[in-house]
Amino acid sequence: MSMLSVENLNVWFGRGHDRVNAVQGASFAVDKGESFGLVGESGSGKSTILKAITGLAPTWDGKITVDGQELTQGRVKSFYKTVQMVFQDPYASLHPRHSVDGVLGETLHLHGFRDIDARVVKLLDDVGLGQKFRFRYPHQLSGGQRQRVAIARALAAEPRILLLDEPTSALDVSVQAEILNLLTDLRAEHGLTYVMVSHDLAVVGHMCGRLAVMKDSRIVEVMDVDSLRARRAEHPYSQELLRNSVGA
Amino acid sequence: MTLLDVENLWVKFPTRQGVFDAVRGVSFTLGKERLGIVGESGSGKSMTGRAILRLIRPPGIVEADHIALEGRDLMQISEKEMRGVRGQQISMVMQDPKFSLNPVMTIGDQLVEAYRLAHKSGRSNARQASIAALESVSIRDPERVMRAYPHEMSGGMGQRIMIAMMLIPGPQILIADEPTSALDVSVQRQVLSIMDDLVTSRGMGLIFISHDLNLVADFCDRVLIMYAGRVVEVCDADKLHQATHPYTRGLLNSLPRLDQPRGKLDVLKRDPAWSDAPSVSGRA
Amino acid sequence: MSDQTLRQWLLSDTPTSRRHARMAAFYKGWLSFRGNSMAMVGLGILVLLGLVALFAPLLAPYSPFDQDLANRLKPLGTEGHILGTDSLGRDTLSRLIYGSRITLYIVALVALIAPIAGLLIGTIAGYVGGWTDAVLMRITDIFLAFPRLVLALAFVAALGAGIENAVLAISLTAWPPYARIARAETLTIRSSDFISAIKLQGAGPLRIITKHIWPLCISSLIVRVTLDMAGIILAAAGLGFLGLGAQPPSPEWGAMISEGRRFILDHWWVATMPGLAIFTVSLAFNLLGDGLRDVLDPKDSGQ
Repeated sequence: MSMLSVENLNVWFGRGHDRVNAVQGASFAVDKGESFGLVGESGSGKSTILKAITGLAPTWDGKITVDGQELTQGRVKSFYKTVQMVFQDPYASLHPRHSVDGVLGETLHLHGFRDIDARVVKLLDDVGLGQKFRFRYPHQLSGGQRQRVAIARALAAEPRILLLDEPTSALDVSVQAEILNLLTDLRAEHGLTYVMVSHDLAVVGHMCGRLAVMKDSRIVEVMDVDSLRARRAEHPYSQELLRNSVGA
Repeated sequence: MTLLDVENLWVKFPTRQGVFDAVRGVSFTLGKERLGIVGESGSGKSMTGRAILRLIRPPGIVEADHIALEGRDLMQISEKEMRGVRGQQISMVMQDPKFSLNPVMTIGDQLVEAYRLAHKSGRSNARQASIAALESVSIRDPERVMRAYPHEMSGGMGQRIMIAMMLIPGPQILIADEPTSALDVSVQRQVLSIMDDLVTSRGMGLIFISHDLNLVADFCDRVLIMYAGRVVEVCDADKLHQATHPYTRGLLNSLPRLDQPRGKLDVLKRDPAWSDAPSVSGRA
Repeated sequence: MSDQTLRQWLLSDTPTSRRHARMAAFYKGWLSFRGNSMAMVGLGILVLLGLVALFAPLLAPYSPFDQDLANRLKPLGTEGHILGTDSLGRDTLSRLIYGSRITLYIVALVALIAPIAGLLIGTIAGYVGGWTDAVLMRITDIFLAFPRLVLALAFVAALGAGIENAVLAISLTAWPPYARIARAETLTIRSSDFISAIKLQGAGPLRIITKHIWPLCISSLIVRVTLDMAGIILAAAGLGFLGLGAQPPSPEWGAMISEGRRFILDHWWVATMPGLAIFTVSLAFNLLGDGLRDVLDPKDSGQ
């Protein structure tokens, strides 16, 4: 049984003449413990799918099922204990006036945990930051360290599905390797299911088992990573993407 | 022939904790070639590009034995003379065209103005030249683009317009600072090949600043690899994958590759000795 | 702990507790504020003003109300009356010293009421959007459309003259710009990733507004308030001058100018001294505001 399934999903912004269809007729399913990639260029709608799942894009129709439960338009609080998200830009996803301790403490408080101090310590260890970062503010952290804090925040609720929106595209390649390794470890440790959005085929090839290629708000092809590595894409657009990806 | 000769370039920023050296003793020459400068954020690669044009704002300080543009030392000339160098002899293309184009002027007006500043010609003449410049960067409908405002353009179009505009005065050197990082992969290639054609056909020198090793390896002739404000290695671009410095190797190995699946990626182990070693000279 | 290590402790990049982190952030802000000498001058004047107000009975040579008709309209530098006396022979210096209390009282009250009202209305309008936004912002527009002093005049005329009513009237005319600023800031903050992130933790609108949006709006409001202080003092003085603020014999600076007006040609110092006091304090607030902007502006912090 799949952990997350999306059927015939349409997402749009605006209404009437201004209506922009960001996602049209998208369908895919992700098994428990699987890592699934969404690939495409900017504006192809890949991040919008994640927004629709989390409820950040309120106007959608179609069917989204998380762990056997079909989602309605609104999101109940318990949903966020199952699904969490890591954002693209670690410089924008942390509140500039909240310390690491504040960010994680508030998140734990919102999820109703009592032993907040112990959990903050554990979360920081889990993402490889350690205690000396606990009381720092975002401007005292590097991009990679910020992204680790964002990952710790997403893990605070002990979710089962982690949505990753280009988690390393704003980072240097050496830091990207560290974050990707961390994500690999965390998935193994916590039995997480990943949906990862990226424009980088090599990153998706490294992290995911299967992937969907998106173009102009539609999914044009779903393939497994072995076909990607063997460069056996069927759709002409996927072939073009493969040709263009440097060193992939 | 050497267009630009930079010797012992330092960029310093005084801070509360003491002086921070963003660039530390970098030397290189640039001929009619494509010179890549790669490094991670904070390596000083962008600062190097800006320092050549003396675009470092106070309190930052630029020091160098010399920055010679065809024998003329840019460190010695006045700010007024420097304004004649910027744009006319050395142009710069930045990462995001949105911040480099004036949002309230049509693209045509901006191009015409740039042309007339550089060539002192009449309006209709400048207009013809601007349309030709747009055509040279493969814009299919230059008349329509001339009437458009920058926000109506996509990222790739905007960057091509920037390149067209920067090349109007006929500079000898183009400094491109991450010109394609904000673009999609397919557009990236297109913009690069246009820039390449123009630079080679005019016999210009290009300094291509990027964080993307593969892109630089494909696109440039020679590469300087920077770390902590110093050049740690210089190599021919086609031999970048045989680079020997542990930092360059570490960067190359930390990239995921489709043809070499690995469970874990190699993590770069930084050696403090790298930042202490003297800068490698990039003289051709 | 020696002086040097205390400084190092405060400048540490690896704070060890919540208190340490907060004090380190505060100390760094103070350091960058201290680097601005004009702002320090402004702060110095205001601290001095505060002390003068606090110790007014000790500092003032005379009572501000004691009349001495034999000694009326004495010029500057008269024996025992350095700043001269007014038309009723009251010592101008003593009146200025006691008047600083009234000025501070007005400034403090307006600074509490107007920005807080503006912050509440602006952030709610910006965050909730839709109809709420439309209604709240049209009300703001209506208040903005009135000339400030005329609205204050109408209000005081309706409620009666007096300092409390003057404060209320000034606050009533001062809040709309703050609401505007707070709303504009909220609109940009609302769509940022860190707000999306806290929404994904199940946070409600109340928590998002108070804990995530307010801290980012407050700094620009504080800057704006200090820059507006001069205007507020002047508005209070203007009401006093028109006889609608503080009532005689209260030594409010605006009222003092008003009284001195009649003698301005022959006895210029009577109106000039309180004018200089208003000028100095207004300037001090402006200098302070400029310095605070450098420290508090969220766009610049984080360097």
